[in-house]
Amino acid sequence: MDLHLEGITHRYGDMTVLDGIDLKIESGQIVCVIGPSGCGKSTLLRFIGGLERPDSGEVLQVGNAPAESLNPLTYIFQDFALLPWRTVEGNVSLVLEDHDLSRHAAAEIIEDVLARTKLTDFKKAFPRQLSGGMKQRVAIARALAVKPAVMLMDEPLSGLDAQTRELLMDDLIDLWSREKFTAVYVTHNLNEAVRLGHKIVVLSRRPGRIREIVEIDTPIDGRRRGNAVLNQTQDVLWELLREEAIAADMELTNG
Amino acid sequence: MADPDTHSRPVEFRGGGFAPKPIRGLGPAVFIVLFILWEIGSRTGVISALVLPAPSEALVALRDLWVSGELWLHLGASLQRLLMGWTIGSVLGIALGLLIGLFSIVRAGVSPLVSAIFPIPKIALLPLFIIWFGIGEESKVALILFGTFFPTVIFTYGGVDNVDRSLIRMGQSFGLSWFSIVRKIILPGALPAILSGMRVSSAIAIILIVAAELIAAEKGIGAYVQIAGSLFATDQLIAGVAILSVLGLTVSWLIGKAERFLLRWRN
Ligand SMILES: Nc1ncnc2c1ncn2[C@@H]1O[C@H](COP(=O)(O)OP(=O)(O)OP(=O)(O)O)[C@@H](O)[C@H]1O
Ligand SMILES: [Mg+2]
Repeated sequence: MDLHLEGITHRYGDMTVLDGIDLKIESGQIVCVIGPSGCGKSTLLRFIGGLERPDSGEVLQVGNAPAESLNPLTYIFQDFALLPWRTVEGNVSLVLEDHDLSRHAAAEIIEDVLARTKLTDFKKAFPRQLSGGMKQRVAIARALAVKPAVMLMDEPLSGLDAQTRELLMDDLIDLWSREKFTAVYVTHNLNEAVRLGHKIVVLSRRPGRIREIVEIDTPIDGRRRGNAVLNQTQDVLWELLREEAIAADMELTNG
Repeated sequence: MADPDTHSRPVEFRGGGFAPKPIRGLGPAVFIVLFILWEIGSRTGVISALVLPAPSEALVALRDLWVSGELWLHLGASLQRLLMGWTIGSVLGIALGLLIGLFSIVRAGVSPLVSAIFPIPKIALLPLFIIWFGIGEESKVALILFGTFFPTVIFTYGGVDNVDRSLIRMGQSFGLSWFSIVRKIILPGALPAILSGMRVSSAIAIILIVAAELIAAEKGIGAYVQIAGSLFATDQLIAGVAILSVLGLTVSWLIGKAERFLLRWRN
Protein backbone atom coordinates (compact mmCIF):
# COMPACT_ATOMS: atom_id res chain seq x y z
CA MET A 1 0.00 0.00 0.00
CA ASP A 2 1.36 3.42 -1.00
CA LEU A 3 0.24 6.84 0.16
CA HIS A 4 0.07 9.83 -2.17
CA LEU A 5 -0.15 13.34 -0.75
CA GLU A 6 -1.58 15.75 -3.26
CA GLY A 7 -1.50 19.49 -2.79
CA ILE A 8 -1.90 19.51 0.96
CA THR A 9 -2.57 23.08 2.09
CA HIS A 10 -3.76 24.14 5.48
CA ARG A 11 -4.22 27.26 7.55
CA TYR A 12 -4.94 27.77 11.21
CA GLY A 13 -6.82 31.06 11.47
CA ASP A 14 -5.01 33.35 9.04
CA MET A 15 -1.68 31.56 9.41
CA THR A 16 -0.84 29.25 6.54
CA VAL A 17 0.91 26.24 8.02
CA LEU A 18 1.35 23.97 5.02
CA ASP A 19 1.35 24.98 1.38
CA GLY A 20 0.99 22.58 -1.51
CA ILE A 21 2.71 19.48 -0.24
CA ASP A 22 2.99 16.70 -2.84
CA LEU A 23 4.67 13.53 -1.69
CA LYS A 24 4.69 9.84 -2.50
CA ILE A 25 5.24 7.35 0.29
CA GLU A 26 6.13 4.00 -1.20
CA SER A 27 5.57 0.69 0.44
CA GLY A 28 8.59 -0.59 2.35
CA GLN A 29 10.29 2.79 2.53
CA ILE A 30 11.03 5.06 5.43
CA VAL A 31 10.40 8.71 4.59
CA CYS A 32 11.97 11.12 7.04
CA VAL A 33 10.57 14.62 7.36
CA ILE A 34 12.74 17.39 8.75
CA GLY A 35 12.21 21.13 8.96
CA PRO A 36 12.40 24.05 11.34
CA SER A 37 10.24 24.17 14.42
CA GLY A 38 6.64 25.11 13.70
CA CYS A 39 6.77 24.41 9.96
CA GLY A 40 3.90 21.96 10.17
CA LYS A 41 5.53 18.54 10.41
CA SER A 42 3.25 17.26 13.15
CA THR A 43 0.28 18.77 11.37
CA LEU A 44 1.24 16.95 8.18
CA LEU A 45 1.49 13.68 10.08
CA ARG A 46 -1.98 14.19 11.55
CA PHE A 47 -3.33 14.61 8.01
CA ILE A 48 -1.61 11.46 6.80
CA GLY A 49 -3.15 9.37 9.57
CA GLY A 50 -6.60 10.90 9.22
CA LEU A 51 -6.68 12.57 12.64
CA GLU A 52 -7.31 15.94 11.02
CA ARG A 53 -8.43 17.16 7.57
CA PRO A 54 -6.44 19.62 5.45
CA ASP A 55 -8.22 22.71 4.05
CA SER A 56 -7.38 21.51 0.56
CA GLY A 57 -5.51 18.63 -1.02
CA GLU A 58 -5.87 14.95 -0.32
CA VAL A 59 -4.08 12.04 1.21
CA LEU A 60 -4.75 9.07 -1.06
CA GLN A 61 -4.32 5.45 -0.16
CA VAL A 62 -3.11 3.58 -3.24
CA GLY A 63 -3.84 -0.12 -3.13
CA ASN A 64 -5.19 -2.04 -0.20
CA ALA A 65 -3.60 -2.62 3.15
CA PRO A 66 -2.70 -6.27 3.78
CA ALA A 67 -5.77 -8.15 4.99
CA GLU A 68 -4.18 -9.01 8.34
CA SER A 69 -3.54 -5.35 9.13
CA LEU A 70 -5.84 -4.30 12.00
CA ASN A 71 -4.97 -0.61 11.87
CA PRO A 72 -3.21 0.29 8.61
CA LEU A 73 -2.10 3.79 9.65
CA THR A 74 -0.55 3.60 13.11
CA TYR A 75 1.14 6.32 15.14
CA ILE A 76 4.07 6.27 17.49
CA PHE A 77 3.99 9.44 19.54
CA GLN A 78 6.81 11.48 21.03
CA ASP A 79 5.22 11.40 24.48
CA PHE A 80 4.51 7.63 24.20
CA ALA A 81 0.79 8.10 24.99
CA LEU A 82 0.58 5.06 27.26
CA LEU A 83 -2.35 4.69 29.60
CA PRO A 84 -0.80 5.06 33.08
CA TRP A 85 -3.51 2.89 34.64
CA ARG A 86 -2.75 -0.09 32.43
CA THR A 87 0.21 -2.40 32.62
CA VAL A 88 2.54 -2.94 29.68
CA GLU A 89 0.43 -5.93 28.65
CA GLY A 90 -2.80 -3.96 29.17
CA ASN A 91 -1.58 -1.11 27.01
CA VAL A 92 -0.94 -3.47 24.12
CA SER A 93 -4.18 -5.30 24.74
CA LEU A 94 -6.08 -1.98 24.57
CA VAL A 95 -5.64 -1.68 20.82
CA LEU A 96 -6.73 -5.28 20.19
CA GLU A 97 -9.87 -5.27 22.31
CA ASP A 98 -12.07 -3.57 19.73
CA HIS A 99 -11.19 -6.16 17.11
CA ASP A 100 -12.88 -9.45 16.66
CA LEU A 101 -10.10 -11.61 18.07
CA SER A 102 -10.37 -14.61 20.31
CA ARG A 103 -8.86 -14.24 23.76
CA HIS A 104 -6.25 -16.76 22.74
CA ALA A 105 -5.32 -15.00 19.51
CA ALA A 106 -4.98 -11.66 21.30
CA ALA A 107 -2.78 -13.21 23.99
CA GLU A 108 -0.59 -14.70 21.29
CA ILE A 109 -0.14 -11.35 19.56
CA ILE A 110 0.71 -9.67 22.85
CA GLU A 111 3.27 -12.36 23.71
CA ASP A 112 4.81 -12.03 20.29
CA VAL A 113 5.17 -8.24 20.17
CA LEU A 114 6.47 -8.05 23.73
CA ALA A 115 9.08 -10.66 22.87
CA ARG A 116 10.07 -8.72 19.74
CA THR A 117 10.56 -5.54 21.77
CA LYS A 118 12.29 -7.42 24.63
CA LEU A 119 9.60 -6.53 27.12
CA THR A 120 8.37 -9.98 28.11
CA ASP A 121 9.78 -9.65 31.63
CA PHE A 122 8.02 -6.33 32.15
CA LYS A 123 4.54 -7.20 30.99
CA LYS A 124 3.02 -6.70 34.45
CA ALA A 125 4.76 -3.35 35.05
CA PHE A 126 2.98 -0.01 35.03
CA PRO A 127 4.34 2.78 32.80
CA ARG A 128 5.57 4.85 35.77
CA GLN A 129 7.93 1.99 36.65
CA LEU A 130 9.60 2.09 33.23
CA SER A 131 12.40 4.23 31.83
CA GLY A 132 11.70 6.48 28.83
CA GLY A 133 13.31 4.04 26.43
CA MET A 134 11.19 1.17 27.71
CA LYS A 135 8.03 3.24 27.48
CA GLN A 136 8.77 3.96 23.85
CA ARG A 137 9.38 0.25 23.28
CA VAL A 138 5.96 -0.42 24.75
CA ALA A 139 4.54 2.10 22.30
CA ILE A 140 6.37 0.33 19.48
CA ALA A 141 5.05 -3.04 20.67
CA ARG A 142 1.55 -1.61 20.74
CA ALA A 143 1.98 -0.34 17.18
CA LEU A 144 3.32 -3.69 15.98
CA ALA A 145 0.37 -5.50 17.56
CA VAL A 146 -2.07 -4.00 15.03
CA LYS A 147 0.19 -4.96 12.09
CA PRO A 148 0.34 -1.50 10.55
CA ALA A 149 0.82 -0.95 6.84
CA VAL A 150 2.38 2.46 7.53
CA MET A 151 3.88 3.68 10.80
CA LEU A 152 3.59 7.39 11.49
CA MET A 153 6.25 8.48 13.91
CA ASP A 154 6.44 11.99 15.34
CA GLU A 155 9.86 12.52 16.89
CA PRO A 156 9.65 9.12 18.58
CA LEU A 157 13.12 9.37 20.08
CA SER A 158 13.21 13.06 21.02
CA GLY A 159 12.13 12.53 24.60
CA LEU A 160 15.01 10.15 25.28
CA ASP A 161 18.63 10.58 26.29
CA ALA A 162 21.35 10.14 23.69
CA GLN A 163 22.38 6.60 24.67
CA THR A 164 18.83 5.28 24.79
CA ARG A 165 18.18 6.96 21.47
CA GLU A 166 21.11 5.11 19.85
CA LEU A 167 19.92 1.79 21.25
CA LEU A 168 16.36 2.31 20.09
CA MET A 169 17.55 3.43 16.69
CA ASP A 170 19.43 0.14 16.37
CA ASP A 171 16.23 -1.65 17.40
CA LEU A 172 14.28 0.20 14.72
CA ILE A 173 16.88 -0.64 12.09
CA ASP A 174 16.75 -4.31 13.13
CA LEU A 175 13.02 -4.25 12.97
CA TRP A 176 13.01 -2.68 9.54
CA SER A 177 15.51 -5.23 8.23
CA ARG A 178 13.17 -8.01 9.32
CA GLU A 179 9.82 -6.56 8.41
CA LYS A 180 10.48 -3.86 5.81
CA PHE A 181 7.76 -1.67 7.24
CA THR A 182 6.67 1.59 5.67
CA ALA A 183 7.06 4.71 7.77
CA VAL A 184 6.86 8.45 7.85
CA TYR A 185 9.38 9.58 10.43
CA VAL A 186 9.35 13.18 11.64
CA THR A 187 12.52 14.26 13.41
CA HIS A 188 14.71 17.19 14.34
CA ASN A 189 17.74 14.98 14.49
CA LEU A 190 19.63 14.87 11.20
CA ASN A 191 21.58 11.83 12.28
CA GLU A 192 18.36 9.88 12.77
CA ALA A 193 17.21 11.07 9.37
CA VAL A 194 20.29 9.84 7.51
CA ARG A 195 20.40 6.57 9.43
CA LEU A 196 16.76 5.65 8.91
CA GLY A 197 15.53 7.40 5.80
CA HIS A 198 15.30 6.13 2.25
CA LYS A 199 13.99 9.55 1.43
CA ILE A 200 14.50 12.70 3.45
CA VAL A 201 11.99 15.47 2.91
CA VAL A 202 13.23 18.91 3.90
CA LEU A 203 10.43 21.35 4.62
CA SER A 204 10.88 25.11 4.50
CA ARG A 205 9.97 27.37 7.38
CA ARG A 206 6.29 28.20 7.76
CA PRO A 207 4.34 28.05 5.51
CA GLY A 208 5.83 24.58 5.11
CA ARG A 209 6.68 23.76 1.50
CA ILE A 210 8.90 20.98 0.23
CA ARG A 211 12.32 22.51 -0.07
CA GLU A 212 14.13 19.41 -1.24
CA ILE A 213 13.89 15.64 -1.22
CA VAL A 214 17.18 13.85 -0.61
CA GLU A 215 17.39 10.14 -1.37
CA ILE A 216 19.96 7.82 0.17
CA ASP A 217 20.74 4.63 -1.71
CA THR A 218 22.87 2.86 0.91
CA PRO A 219 20.69 0.06 2.36
CA ILE A 220 19.45 0.97 5.83
CA ASP A 221 20.93 -2.12 7.50
CA GLY A 222 24.28 -1.38 5.86
CA ARG A 223 24.65 2.13 7.23
CA ARG A 224 27.48 2.27 9.73
CA ARG A 225 28.00 5.16 12.08
CA GLY A 226 30.62 7.48 10.59
CA ASN A 227 29.88 6.36 7.01
CA ALA A 228 31.25 9.05 4.68
CA VAL A 229 28.19 9.27 2.43
CA LEU A 230 25.93 9.66 5.43
CA ASN A 231 28.10 12.35 6.97
CA GLN A 232 28.16 14.22 3.71
CA THR A 233 24.38 13.97 3.35
CA GLN A 234 23.97 15.13 6.91
CA ASP A 235 26.09 18.20 6.12
CA VAL A 236 24.01 18.95 3.05
CA LEU A 237 20.82 18.69 5.09
CA TRP A 238 22.24 20.92 7.77
CA GLU A 239 23.11 23.60 5.19
CA LEU A 240 19.56 23.43 3.85
CA LEU A 241 18.04 23.65 7.30
CA ARG A 242 20.36 26.28 8.69
CA GLU A 243 19.07 29.15 6.58
CA GLU A 244 15.49 28.12 7.21
CA ALA A 245 16.03 27.76 10.92
CA ILE A 246 17.76 31.14 11.24
CA ALA A 247 15.03 32.83 9.22
CA ALA A 248 12.30 31.07 11.23
CA ASP A 249 13.97 32.15 14.44
CA MET A 250 14.04 35.80 13.32
CA GLU A 251 10.35 35.65 12.43
CA LEU A 252 9.43 34.27 15.80
CA THR A 253 11.36 36.91 17.72
CA ASN A 254 9.84 39.62 15.54
CA GLY A 255 6.44 38.28 16.51
CA MET B 1 44.19 40.66 54.28
CA ALA B 2 47.28 40.52 52.15
CA ASP B 3 47.89 36.80 52.69
CA PRO B 4 45.77 34.47 50.62
CA ASP B 5 43.32 32.90 53.06
CA THR B 6 43.98 29.16 53.17
CA HIS B 7 41.81 28.45 56.15
CA SER B 8 39.39 25.65 55.25
CA ARG B 9 35.99 25.06 56.79
CA PRO B 10 32.92 22.99 55.89
CA VAL B 11 30.39 24.61 53.61
CA GLU B 12 27.52 25.99 55.61
CA PHE B 13 24.45 23.70 55.47
CA ARG B 14 21.40 25.58 54.20
CA GLY B 15 19.06 22.78 53.10
CA GLY B 16 16.65 20.82 55.23
CA GLY B 17 13.24 21.65 56.64
CA PHE B 18 10.02 22.13 54.68
CA ALA B 19 9.56 18.37 54.59
CA PRO B 20 6.92 17.17 57.05
CA LYS B 21 7.72 13.68 58.31
CA PRO B 22 5.45 11.40 60.28
CA ILE B 23 6.08 11.19 64.03
CA ARG B 24 4.53 8.01 65.34
CA GLY B 25 2.33 8.10 68.38
CA LEU B 26 2.34 11.86 68.87
CA GLY B 27 -1.21 12.33 67.63
CA PRO B 28 -2.78 9.72 69.98
CA ALA B 29 -0.61 11.04 72.84
CA VAL B 30 -2.08 14.55 72.41
CA PHE B 31 -5.55 13.01 72.46
CA ILE B 32 -4.90 11.06 75.64
CA VAL B 33 -3.28 13.99 77.48
CA LEU B 34 -6.21 16.22 76.57
CA PHE B 35 -8.73 13.67 77.81
CA ILE B 36 -6.81 13.20 81.08
CA LEU B 37 -6.66 16.96 81.67
CA TRP B 38 -10.36 17.22 80.89
CA GLU B 39 -11.18 14.36 83.28
CA ILE B 40 -9.07 15.92 86.06
CA GLY B 41 -10.70 19.29 85.41
CA SER B 42 -14.16 17.79 85.73
CA ARG B 43 -13.36 15.80 88.86
CA THR B 44 -11.79 18.74 90.67
CA GLY B 45 -14.68 20.96 89.65
CA VAL B 46 -12.60 23.37 87.53
CA ILE B 47 -14.90 22.45 84.64
CA SER B 48 -18.51 22.69 85.79
CA ALA B 49 -20.54 19.54 85.15
CA LEU B 50 -23.26 21.72 83.63
CA VAL B 51 -20.94 23.09 80.96
CA LEU B 52 -19.16 19.91 80.02
CA PRO B 53 -19.47 16.39 81.41
CA ALA B 54 -16.40 14.38 82.26
CA PRO B 55 -15.19 12.13 79.45
CA SER B 56 -15.89 9.16 81.71
CA GLU B 57 -19.55 10.19 81.91
CA ALA B 58 -19.76 10.48 78.15
CA LEU B 59 -18.25 7.01 77.96
CA VAL B 60 -20.92 5.70 80.29
CA ALA B 61 -23.60 7.31 78.10
CA LEU B 62 -22.01 5.65 75.11
CA ARG B 63 -22.03 2.27 76.87
CA ASP B 64 -25.68 2.72 77.80
CA LEU B 65 -26.44 3.42 74.16
CA TRP B 66 -24.69 0.24 73.21
CA VAL B 67 -26.25 -1.95 75.91
CA SER B 68 -29.78 -0.71 75.30
CA GLY B 69 -29.38 -1.34 71.59
CA GLU B 70 -30.33 2.25 70.84
CA LEU B 71 -26.95 2.82 69.25
CA TRP B 72 -27.84 0.59 66.32
CA LEU B 73 -31.28 2.10 66.06
CA HIS B 74 -29.91 5.63 65.68
CA LEU B 75 -26.79 4.77 63.78
CA GLY B 76 -28.73 2.42 61.51
CA ALA B 77 -31.29 5.09 60.69
CA SER B 78 -28.61 7.67 59.90
CA LEU B 79 -26.49 5.26 57.88
CA GLN B 80 -29.41 4.09 55.82
CA ARG B 81 -30.35 7.63 54.80
CA LEU B 82 -26.74 8.48 54.22
CA LEU B 83 -26.00 5.47 52.03
CA MET B 84 -29.13 5.78 49.94
CA GLY B 85 -28.86 9.51 49.36
CA TRP B 86 -25.13 9.48 48.77
CA THR B 87 -25.14 6.48 46.43
CA ILE B 88 -27.96 7.75 44.26
CA GLY B 89 -26.57 11.29 44.32
CA SER B 90 -23.13 10.08 43.29
CA VAL B 91 -24.36 7.79 40.52
CA LEU B 92 -26.60 10.47 39.02
CA GLY B 93 -23.90 13.10 39.55
CA ILE B 94 -21.25 11.05 37.76
CA ALA B 95 -23.70 10.37 34.92
CA LEU B 96 -24.57 14.04 34.40
CA GLY B 97 -20.93 15.06 34.89
CA LEU B 98 -19.93 12.68 32.09
CA LEU B 99 -22.67 13.98 29.81
CA ILE B 100 -21.54 17.57 30.42
CA GLY B 101 -17.94 16.56 29.84
CA LEU B 102 -18.69 14.69 26.63
CA PHE B 103 -21.42 16.66 24.88
CA SER B 104 -21.14 20.38 24.16
CA ILE B 105 -24.89 20.71 23.93
CA VAL B 106 -25.40 19.37 27.47
CA ARG B 107 -22.56 21.51 28.75
CA ALA B 108 -23.95 24.69 27.24
CA GLY B 109 -27.47 23.92 28.37
CA VAL B 110 -27.04 22.47 31.81
CA SER B 111 -23.79 23.63 33.37
CA PRO B 112 -25.02 27.21 34.12
CA LEU B 113 -27.93 25.65 35.99
CA VAL B 114 -25.56 23.44 37.96
CA SER B 115 -23.38 26.42 38.82
CA ALA B 116 -26.44 28.34 40.00
CA ILE B 117 -27.75 25.59 42.27
CA PHE B 118 -24.37 24.40 43.58
CA PRO B 119 -23.78 27.27 46.06
CA ILE B 120 -27.22 27.08 47.71
CA PRO B 121 -26.84 25.64 51.21
CA LYS B 122 -29.05 22.64 50.62
CA ILE B 123 -30.34 22.54 54.19
CA ALA B 124 -32.43 25.59 53.27
CA LEU B 125 -34.36 23.29 50.95
CA LEU B 126 -35.37 20.85 53.68
CA PRO B 127 -38.72 22.57 54.41
CA LEU B 128 -39.50 22.37 50.72
CA PHE B 129 -38.56 18.70 50.58
CA ILE B 130 -40.76 18.02 53.63
CA ILE B 131 -43.67 19.64 51.81
CA TRP B 132 -42.95 17.57 48.69
CA PHE B 133 -41.96 14.21 50.16
CA GLY B 134 -43.48 14.27 53.66
CA ILE B 135 -41.79 14.15 57.03
CA GLY B 136 -40.56 10.57 56.60
CA GLU B 137 -37.38 9.12 55.12
CA GLU B 138 -37.92 10.38 51.61
CA SER B 139 -37.35 14.05 52.39
CA LYS B 140 -34.07 13.31 54.16
CA VAL B 141 -32.80 10.99 51.45
CA ALA B 142 -33.78 13.59 48.85
CA LEU B 143 -31.85 16.26 50.74
CA ILE B 144 -28.67 14.17 50.79
CA LEU B 145 -29.14 13.13 47.19
CA PHE B 146 -29.49 16.76 46.18
CA GLY B 147 -26.59 17.89 48.32
CA THR B 148 -24.15 15.28 46.99
CA PHE B 149 -25.32 15.42 43.38
CA PHE B 150 -23.98 18.87 42.50
CA PRO B 151 -20.43 18.62 43.80
CA THR B 152 -20.17 15.21 42.12
CA VAL B 153 -21.28 16.70 38.79
CA ILE B 154 -18.76 19.50 39.03
CA PHE B 155 -15.86 17.26 40.04
CA THR B 156 -16.72 14.71 37.35
CA TYR B 157 -16.82 17.05 34.42
CA GLY B 158 -13.74 18.85 35.71
CA GLY B 159 -12.06 15.44 35.67
CA VAL B 160 -13.24 14.70 32.14
CA ASP B 161 -11.96 18.10 30.97
CA ASN B 162 -8.57 17.31 32.44
CA VAL B 163 -8.10 13.96 30.75
CA ASP B 164 -4.93 14.09 28.68
CA ARG B 165 -6.04 14.95 25.11
CA SER B 166 -3.07 13.11 23.67
CA LEU B 167 -4.41 9.85 25.13
CA ILE B 168 -7.76 10.42 23.45
CA ARG B 169 -5.96 11.14 20.17
CA MET B 170 -4.03 7.92 20.65
CA GLY B 171 -7.29 6.02 21.12
CA GLN B 172 -8.73 7.52 17.96
CA SER B 173 -5.55 6.80 16.01
CA PHE B 174 -5.86 3.12 16.86
CA GLY B 175 -9.46 3.10 15.71
CA LEU B 176 -10.99 2.56 19.16
CA SER B 177 -14.75 2.97 19.22
CA TRP B 178 -16.27 6.03 20.87
CA PHE B 179 -17.59 3.84 23.63
CA SER B 180 -14.19 2.26 24.24
CA ILE B 181 -12.53 5.66 24.42
CA VAL B 182 -15.04 6.80 27.03
CA ARG B 183 -14.81 3.63 29.07
CA LYS B 184 -11.10 2.89 28.86
CA ILE B 185 -9.54 6.33 28.55
CA ILE B 186 -11.88 9.07 29.75
CA LEU B 187 -13.45 7.34 32.75
CA PRO B 188 -10.19 6.08 34.30
CA GLY B 189 -8.58 9.44 33.51
CA ALA B 190 -11.35 11.25 35.36
CA LEU B 191 -11.40 8.79 38.24
CA PRO B 192 -8.98 10.68 40.53
CA ALA B 193 -11.19 13.76 40.29
CA ILE B 194 -14.34 11.70 40.78
CA LEU B 195 -12.90 10.17 43.94
CA SER B 196 -11.94 13.62 45.26
CA GLY B 197 -15.52 14.62 44.57
CA MET B 198 -16.78 11.66 46.59
CA ARG B 199 -14.60 12.68 49.50
CA VAL B 200 -16.12 16.16 49.44
CA SER B 201 -19.66 14.91 48.93
CA SER B 202 -19.36 12.39 51.78
CA ALA B 203 -18.50 15.22 54.17
CA ILE B 204 -21.44 17.23 52.85
CA ALA B 205 -23.70 14.19 53.26
CA ILE B 206 -22.80 13.79 56.93
CA ILE B 207 -23.39 17.49 57.64
CA LEU B 208 -26.73 17.38 55.86
CA ILE B 209 -28.04 14.23 57.51
CA VAL B 210 -27.24 15.50 61.00
CA ALA B 211 -28.79 18.88 60.23
CA ALA B 212 -31.90 17.24 58.84
CA GLU B 213 -32.21 14.94 61.83
CA LEU B 214 -31.74 17.84 64.23
CA ILE B 215 -34.68 19.54 62.59
CA ALA B 216 -37.06 16.71 61.95
CA ALA B 217 -36.51 13.11 62.97
CA GLU B 218 -37.22 10.66 65.76
CA LYS B 219 -34.36 8.33 65.00
CA GLY B 220 -30.83 8.99 63.90
CA ILE B 221 -27.67 10.34 65.51
CA GLY B 222 -28.81 13.91 64.88
CA ALA B 223 -32.14 13.22 66.61
CA TYR B 224 -30.31 11.62 69.54
CA VAL B 225 -28.10 14.69 69.91
CA GLN B 226 -31.10 16.98 69.61
CA ILE B 227 -33.05 15.15 72.33
CA ALA B 228 -29.98 15.07 74.59
CA GLY B 229 -29.55 18.80 74.12
CA SER B 230 -33.13 19.63 74.91
CA LEU B 231 -32.85 17.60 78.15
CA PHE B 232 -29.47 19.19 79.04
CA ALA B 233 -28.04 15.66 79.03
CA THR B 234 -24.58 16.84 78.03
CA ASP B 235 -23.04 13.40 78.57
CA GLN B 236 -25.31 11.95 75.87
CA LEU B 237 -24.72 14.97 73.70
CA ILE B 238 -20.96 14.46 73.81
CA ALA B 239 -21.44 10.73 73.17
CA GLY B 240 -23.48 11.57 70.05
CA VAL B 241 -20.85 14.00 68.81
CA ALA B 242 -18.15 11.38 69.35
CA ILE B 243 -20.12 8.92 67.23
CA LEU B 244 -20.29 11.53 64.46
CA SER B 245 -16.54 12.01 64.64
CA VAL B 246 -15.98 8.27 64.34
CA LEU B 247 -18.47 8.09 61.48
CA GLY B 248 -16.65 10.85 59.59
CA LEU B 249 -13.27 9.24 60.19
CA THR B 250 -14.54 5.86 59.04
CA VAL B 251 -15.99 7.24 55.83
CA SER B 252 -12.82 9.12 54.97
CA TRP B 253 -10.73 6.03 55.81
CA LEU B 254 -12.90 3.93 53.48
CA ILE B 255 -12.52 6.44 50.68
CA GLY B 256 -8.78 6.51 51.27
CA LYS B 257 -8.79 2.71 50.92
CA ALA B 258 -10.79 2.91 47.73
CA GLU B 259 -8.39 5.51 46.34
CA ARG B 260 -5.36 3.44 47.14
CA PHE B 261 -6.93 0.44 45.47
CA LEU B 262 -8.43 2.13 42.40
CA LEU B 263 -5.49 4.48 41.81
CA ARG B 264 -2.74 2.00 42.63
CA TRP B 265 -1.20 2.73 39.22
CA ARG B 266 -0.21 6.18 40.52
CA ASN B 267 2.20 5.08 43.23
N1 LIG C 1 -4.71 22.83 16.44
C1 LIG C 1 -4.03 23.95 16.14
N2 LIG C 1 -4.64 25.15 16.15
C2 LIG C 1 -3.95 26.27 15.83
N3 LIG C 1 -2.66 26.31 15.51
C3 LIG C 1 -2.00 25.14 15.47
C4 LIG C 1 -2.64 23.91 15.78
N4 LIG C 1 -1.74 22.91 15.67
C5 LIG C 1 -0.59 23.50 15.30
N5 LIG C 1 -0.74 24.84 15.17
C6 LIG C 1 0.30 25.76 14.74
O1 LIG C 1 0.70 25.36 13.46
C7 LIG C 1 2.11 25.48 13.33
C8 LIG C 1 2.71 24.16 12.93
O2 LIG C 1 2.58 23.26 14.02
P1 LIG C 1 3.21 21.82 14.02
O3 LIG C 1 3.02 21.29 15.38
O4 LIG C 1 2.69 21.04 12.89
O5 LIG C 1 4.74 22.16 13.78
P2 LIG C 1 5.98 21.18 13.83
O6 LIG C 1 6.69 21.32 12.55
O7 LIG C 1 5.58 19.82 14.23
O8 LIG C 1 6.83 21.86 14.98
P3 LIG C 1 7.85 21.17 15.99
O9 LIG C 1 9.09 20.95 15.22
O10 LIG C 1 8.03 22.22 17.04
O11 LIG C 1 7.22 19.93 16.50
C9 LIG C 1 2.62 26.01 14.64
O12 LIG C 1 2.83 27.40 14.50
C10 LIG C 1 1.52 25.72 15.60
O13 LIG C 1 1.48 26.73 16.59
MG1 LIG D 1 5.86 18.62 16.00
